[in-house]
Amino acid sequence: MSNVFETHGLTKRYGTKAVLRDVGVSVGAGHCVALLGHNGAGKTTLLKILLGLTVPSEGHVSLLGRDPRGHDADEVRRAVGYLPESVTFPPGMSGRELMCFYARLKRVDLAQCDTLLDKVDLTAAARNRVKTYSKGMRQRLGLAQALLGHPRLLFLDEPTNGLDPPLRRQFYDIIRSLTGAGSTAVVSSHMLTEIEARADLIAILCDGALAAFGTLDELRTSSHLPYRLRLQVQVDSVGAIAEAIGRDFALDRVDGGVMDFVCPMPDKMAIVRRVAALNGVVRDVDILPPRLEDIYAHFVDERRSR
Amino acid sequence: MIVIWHLAAKEVRDGLRNRWVAATVLTLAGLALTLALLGAAPGGGTKASALSVTVVSLSSLSVYLLPLIALMLAYDAVVGELERGTLLLLLSYPVKRWQVVLGKFLGHVAILAVAIVVGYGSAALAVLATGGGDDAEGVTAFAALCGSSILLGAAFLALGYLLSAMCEERARAAGLAIGLWLFLVVIYDLGLLGLLLLDAKQAIAPPLFAGLLLANPADAFRVFNMTLIEGVREVGGLAGLGAEAMPNRAVPIAVLLAWTLAALGGATALLARREL
Repeated sequence: MSNVFETHGLTKRYGTKAVLRDVGVSVGAGHCVALLGHNGAGKTTLLKILLGLTVPSEGHVSLLGRDPRGHDADEVRRAVGYLPESVTFPPGMSGRELMCFYARLKRVDLAQCDTLLDKVDLTAAARNRVKTYSKGMRQRLGLAQALLGHPRLLFLDEPTNGLDPPLRRQFYDIIRSLTGAGSTAVVSSHMLTEIEARADLIAILCDGALAAFGTLDELRTSSHLPYRLRLQVQVDSVGAIAEAIGRDFALDRVDGGVMDFVCPMPDKMAIVRRVAALNGVVRDVDILPPRLEDIYAHFVDERRSR
Repeated sequence: MIVIWHLAAKEVRDGLRNRWVAATVLTLAGLALTLALLGAAPGGGTKASALSVTVVSLSSLSVYLLPLIALMLAYDAVVGELERGTLLLLLSYPVKRWQVVLGKFLGHVAILAVAIVVGYGSAALAVLATGGGDDAEGVTAFAALCGSSILLGAAFLALGYLLSAMCEERARAAGLAIGLWLFLVVIYDLGLLGLLLLDAKQAIAPPLFAGLLLANPADAFRVFNMTLIEGVREVGGLAGLGAEAMPNRAVPIAVLLAWTLAALGGATALLARREL
C-alpha cells in the first residue's frame, strides 16, 4: 500500500535557527501516529509543513501522493482534516453555523454538519453561540470540523488539551473508528500515558530532529531499556528470592512482599523460568515493559547527548 | 469565486453578530440626522439647497468617521485571525491566501456600505420630508456622497488590511491604525494649510497643490464631493480650493480606487510571503 504521507530530509530554518532538521518519515493508511516532543521540538512546524502552510527550507513532502503546495493543493486539502493547537472560533457564531461555513469551504454536503455535531455530542448546543461553549465543547467542535468530508488524513495538534477523561476516551474512540476505516491520524501530544495505548506508530521529535520513529514495540527493542519483573511474594521469602534471582538480575525495589527485578529484554524468558522454578513462594508475577514515558526520555537523552 | 463569497458572507454574519453593523449604522444615522435636521444653518447666504448643505456636512463627517470605522474594522482582519489560530485553520481548507484577504475585505465593504446607505439615507429622507431636497443637484450630490463614502471606506479598509498583514500583534496593528488615521485625516491637512500660509508668494502652483491634496485618500474624497456642488465650494474649506483646481471629477475617484487596490495588493502580497 502506498504511503499516505512521507517526508524526506525535511529541514526548516527561521534565520539561522533550525526548527526542523532532516526529518524523514513515511506513514501508510489506517495508522494512528503519535507525534511526541517537548515544547519547541518542532511538532507544530512539522504539521504546518505537512499541510502546506509553511514552506520547508529543504526537503520534500508528499501528501496522498501529491505536493501539498502544488497546483492540486485544493484537492489534497479536501482530503485532509486539521485541528490546530489553540483555535478560538468566532464567539458570535453558533457551532452549527461554523460547521456549515467550513463545510461550504470544503464543498461538503451540509447534512454532514449535524451528523458530526452529533458524533461529538454537540447536538443540543449546536445552535448556541460558541462564546457559551466550555473549553471541552470548543475542542469537540474543533474535532467535528476536522472530520468534515471524511478526511483520509487527519492532523490533530494537542487535541485532548482541556478535555476531561471521559471526553478523551470518546475522542480516541472516534479516532480509532476513523483509522479502522482506513484514515490516518497524526496526533501531537504531551500526554504520553494516554497516547501509549492508542497510537500504533510513534514519532519522537527532539530539538527539531527525529529522535525515533516506529511502532511502540520497535522503539522498546531499539531502546534496549530493561523490562521490569514484579513479584508478589510471601514476606518471609524475600531474602531467599533476592538471593536466588538477584545473583543474575538486578533487584530494583522491595516494598513488603512486592519485589521488582529489572532485566534486559532478551533475558525476559530466562527470569520468568527462574521464577517458575521457585515453587510456590511467588503468589503473582507481572512483566512490565518499558513505558512510553521511559522510551521517550531515553531517545530524547540519547539525541541530546550526541 | 464561491469561496470568496462564503468568506465575505461569514464576515457580514460576524459583523451582525458582534454588533459592528448595528453600531456603525446607528452612529452614522444618528450623526447624519443631527446634521440634516440641525445643520441647515451653515447654508447661510449661499445659494445651495438644504440637501446640498447636508451633503457638505456629511462629507465633513464622513472624512473623519468613516476612515476611523474602517480602520477599526480592518486592523484585526489578518493579525487577529493569526493570533486566534483561525487563519491557520482556514488555510488548511481549500482556500488561497488572496481569497481570504479579498473575501474578508468584500464582507467588510458590504458592512460599511449598508451602514452608509442606511445611515445617510435616513438623513436624506429627513431632509426630503422637511421639503429641503427638491433640487436635482442636491440629489445627485447625495448619491455621489454615498458612493464616494463607500469608496473612502474601502480605501481605509484596505489600508487597515495592509497594517494588519504587516504586524505580528493585534495591539501594534491597532496603534498603527490610529496613527495612520491621525496622519491622513488630521495632520496631513494641517501640514498643507501650514504650507499655504508659508507660501506668501504663491510659489506652489494650483495643480501641484491639487496633486498634494489628492495624494491623500481622505482629501480626494473631500475634493470629489466639493466638485459636485457649485454653491458650496466656498464653504468647503481646503477641499473647496482643491475642487476649484480639479480638472476632472474622475481623478479623486481614481485616487481612491488606486489606494484601495494598492493597499489590498500589498496586504495580499505580505500575507502570501508570511510564515505562518
